Amino acid sequence: MKMKNLAAVAVAATLGAAPVMADLVIPDLSYRTGPYAAGGTPFSDGYQDYFNMLNARDGGIGGEAVRVLECETGYNTEKGVECYEATKGEGALIYQPLSTGITYQLIPKATADGIPIHTMGYGRTSAANGEVFNWTFNYPANYWDAASVMVNYLLDENEGSLEGKNIALLFHNSAYGKEPIRTLETLAEKHGFTFTQLAVDHPGQEQKSQWLRIRRERPDYILMWGWGVMNQVAIQEAVNIGYPMDQFIGNWWSGAEHDVTPAGAGADGYLSLNMNRIGDLPVFEDIKTLVHDAGNTAGDGSNFGNVLYTRGMYAAMLGAEAIAKAQEIHGVADVTAAMVRDGMEALDITDARMEELGMAGVGPAFSVSCQDHGGSGLGIVQQWNASEGKFVALTDYIAPDDSVTLPLIMEDSAAFAAENNIEPGCL
Amino acid sequence: MFYREAGDFKTSYAEDNQTFPIKFDRYRYWFVLAVAFLVIPFIINDYWANAIFVPFLIYSIAAIGLNILTGYCGQVSLGTGGFMAVGAYACYKLMTAFPEVNILIHIILSGGITAVVGAAFGLPSLRIKGFYLAVATLAAQFFLIWLFNKVAWFYNYSASGQISAPERFVGGIAVTGPNTEAWAKYMVCLVFVTLCGLAARNLTRGTTGRKWMAIRDMDIAAEIIGVNPLKAKLTAFAVSSFFVGIAGALFFAVYLGAVEGGEAFGIQKSFLVLFMVIIGGLGSIFGSFAGAAFLVVLPVALKMIGVDLLGWPTDIVSHFQLVVVGALIMFFLIKEPHGLAQLWRVIKEKLRLWPFPH
Repeated sequence: MKMKNLAAVAVAATLGAAPVMADLVIPDLSYRTGPYAAGGTPFSDGYQDYFNMLNARDGGIGGEAVRVLECETGYNTEKGVECYEATKGEGALIYQPLSTGITYQLIPKATADGIPIHTMGYGRTSAANGEVFNWTFNYPANYWDAASVMVNYLLDENEGSLEGKNIALLFHNSAYGKEPIRTLETLAEKHGFTFTQLAVDHPGQEQKSQWLRIRRERPDYILMWGWGVMNQVAIQEAVNIGYPMDQFIGNWWSGAEHDVTPAGAGADGYLSLNMNRIGDLPVFEDIKTLVHDAGNTAGDGSNFGNVLYTRGMYAAMLGAEAIAKAQEIHGVADVTAAMVRDGMEALDITDARMEELGMAGVGPAFSVSCQDHGGSGLGIVQQWNASEGKFVALTDYIAPDDSVTLPLIMEDSAAFAAENNIEPGCL
Repeated sequence: MFYREAGDFKTSYAEDNQTFPIKFDRYRYWFVLAVAFLVIPFIINDYWANAIFVPFLIYSIAAIGLNILTGYCGQVSLGTGGFMAVGAYACYKLMTAFPEVNILIHIILSGGITAVVGAAFGLPSLRIKGFYLAVATLAAQFFLIWLFNKVAWFYNYSASGQISAPERFVGGIAVTGPNTEAWAKYMVCLVFVTLCGLAARNLTRGTTGRKWMAIRDMDIAAEIIGVNPLKAKLTAFAVSSFFVGIAGALFFAVYLGAVEGGEAFGIQKSFLVLFMVIIGGLGSIFGSFAGAAFLVVLPVALKMIGVDLLGWPTDIVSHFQLVVVGALIMFFLIKEPHGLAQLWRVIKEKLRLWPFPH
């Protein structure tokens, strides 16, 4: 009986929840619960707030209102699939799962369904090869770029030579954390440093043995591919063993305020990458007045303007620009997912356009093409200033070593194409 | 009135021994099968397949497997997630090594491989019992996941450590890979569930099942009346792991298509299947289905009610879900310690007397 009632309610709910509306549907596969919520929440806040701001200020994109569908995944693949299936029927235009695991899950599904995925700085790196991954985009940068940018930064610090240095990678033992290994191995060979791998299992609270090893071996630099609670624990452990913070570099998912604040003053000087600039942008004014003051915030508003909030907003901006581009190409306001894909492939983000949008220099200028879905791959290095409680950009945009990453991307995407009988080519 | 033994005459031993001795039950059983095979495949869509039916069917197989071990043979296991991973990785290796062989054969072989692994990890059960055995199987869980993460051969040296199922066909229709139709996924799982359910039901009714139950109820007494504990316990581990392995293979190949060992088959999966068995009812095949349905459908239903109907924030609903599921588990265990299956049994008893209860 119980089951029947539940099923009846479920039927009623799906029937009730599928109204046909002519607006731009953007699913937000967020996670505000679980061990990764600390990172998922601000990103989702920024993502939604930007679209809400567009709705309030411009009446959406090209006059068409945006409807954000939030779905909680908890960074869990099964729930992510459920969210994808639940939202795709509503006319979803673009997916931003903010999880490498879910991205791997969605790449084949979304390709079959004809819905573009934008995995900004995460996901499958070789998706940068647009001829194989027609529906997947990972501009403006990817993990292999990140690894290469880190090494380039270290080369700069060491007068161009890393010969004999010992560099350790502390990584989340998942598809996400394993991504940079291949690049770092190649770079280790090229630059002659020793490369050590230290895996941390999900969710990342247990790192004693890894840090014991670090204390014993004292690597010259530690690179970190962490997310969620793993970052906080790692930085605290580094403080505990007195590891010099300016030799500890996180990637762009390991460098937000909530990662460093628990370690207090000890975390001062911690380095991390960032793919977008932080700081006060004019667009925040609009979000503040039109969204926050109107009581329309996603979340509680406490993350406003922090690193991941800004990145979420940046991701939303890239999505909105792609939709605007699609409207321009196809001459209709009510675009479909396939048109948005065309818009993404023709995307051209210039400095002038970013200034116009009130976020001058938030990211590097880049353009996307059929062959290159990966963007420029530039990243900055930022440093935590504990006394002021904010990250400060330490460098300008650093370019990755394309001569290393490009062959790897080609190799990996060719393997994927062969495995899945894909004939590389443009749509 | 309808649900009674009276008037249903059995004229042979075979009839007397059938699974459903009551006519109404038999009709209900055929009706459920008919709906499952002849109606649902024609109306199912992607959402219903991927969010409800396919996970329900796969978890049912896993729950039947664990129920054989824990419910029928009394050996507590916390290694279900690890054994599902064995099934999934076995299936992946077989699929990629022998692409020309039918995927259904691969899935069955994966069950076989898991049975061997399960029996090996079942060996300590001859010496240790109860909590200590639970800890030993917990070790299996962690060891297996660690192994699949550590040894690159298991995931064919892919950069991310993920395994993803290539496209495979049965009779010209894709059953794995992204282009699989919802009904094809559903049918593959349904066929396996039906076969597994029949096999499990008949195993547990026969000599093998009786031996398991004898071991469960009192192993020393069972040994004295001639049950070989080595054989009984190891067959329980092997059969249970066979089912769990099939569930793992389907979970990977048909349902998700790409998995990451640690994330998909972690300790929480072991607990989930254990909860299904406990809520559904230990020692009952029906209970395995009921438990799986309960824990698959409930979160989806709660999410629909909370987010889509009431418009609550997703994080509140997600936290609320934990509260509700937890509270319901406690409620059930207090009010009905023998699970949903016992509830069903009580209903059946009442039905026998209805509408004249005295």
